[in-house]
Amino acid sequence: MNIKNKIKITVNGKQMQIIPTFTLKSLITKLKMPLNKIAIELNKKIIDKNRISKIRLKKGDKIEIVHFIGGG
Amino acid sequence: MIDKRFKIANKIFKSRLIVGTGKYKSFSECAKVIKTSGADIVTVAVRRVNISNKNKARLMDYIDPKKITYLPNTAGCFTAEDAIRTLRLAREIGGWKLVKLEVLGDKKNLFPEMIETLRSTELLTKEGFKVMVYCNDDPLMAKRLENAGAVAIMPLAAPIGSGLGIQNKVNIRIIRKQTKLPLIIDAGIGQASDATIAMELGCDGVLINTAIAKAKDPIQMAEAMKLAVISGRKSFLSGRIIPNLFGSASTTSKGII
Repeated sequence: MNIKNKIKITVNGKQMQIIPTFTLKSLITKLKMPLNKIAIELNKKIIDKNRISKIRLKKGDKIEIVHFIGGG
Repeated sequence: MIDKRFKIANKIFKSRLIVGTGKYKSFSECAKVIKTSGADIVTVAVRRVNISNKNKARLMDYIDPKKITYLPNTAGCFTAEDAIRTLRLAREIGGWKLVKLEVLGDKKNLFPEMIETLRSTELLTKEGFKVMVYCNDDPLMAKRLENAGAVAIMPLAAPIGSGLGIQNKVNIRIIRKQTKLPLIIDAGIGQASDATIAMELGCDGVLINTAIAKAKDPIQMAEAMKLAVISGRKSFLSGRIIPNLFGSASTTSKGII
């Protein structure tokens, strides 16, 4: 794949390059995130985890993936 | 006297001690503390996943949310919008509706920003959340939170993590008199006797993190806190004697030689 065809997105504040056909599900799979332990925001909108295979990522998308950590 | 069940938003819990999961040396220490404390509710925070270290251990691998009720918090939020965003995400992780709202107003003393806290309580309640509210010990604000739909009032004893113990017993007693909602001391406990005092004032529960996590022996302190809460509750229910300025002999003078 030609690098020029890749698009830039931001995941948890870090830039990533993906191929244009990448869906949100491809991203979660690539990052090996356990779906039942996370929540996903795409451009500040919460995403229904059942729908992630239908969401194709676009240039400049900002994704937040969160989980539970220790807290008081 | 038989105790009433400890109930929050119509759900019954066994332990009146709620434990925070922050500041532990490891997840395994945290898990041992929870077990020893007997707590069946633990607070948790929502944060970004570390995407560069995929194999890092997760809290959920050590503390089973099917056995222990996770109470997602809004630690680090300074506005209603931040808090709502955080709790919507928490709900998305696994359907949690019972939440701990904590909107801070000052990074140094960590006091709650009560105007934003009240606004958040209203908005979250409208969205179907059951909101347990970290608040100051002002009876008037506590009443407003109750009217806004809070399911538990959780005043501080002293600043978060300070370990200073209950600074204003009078306010806590006034709040106790005015509300039937669960009243839980959240923040400021330093040692077991502080937890007992909270319960003797008539509180329904105590939420403790730093006093356990940062004790030299967190597991033993977890047990101390468990016993302190049970002891304080029993002491409250038993009805203390009326304090008297003068002595009253425990031994009869009848038959004295």
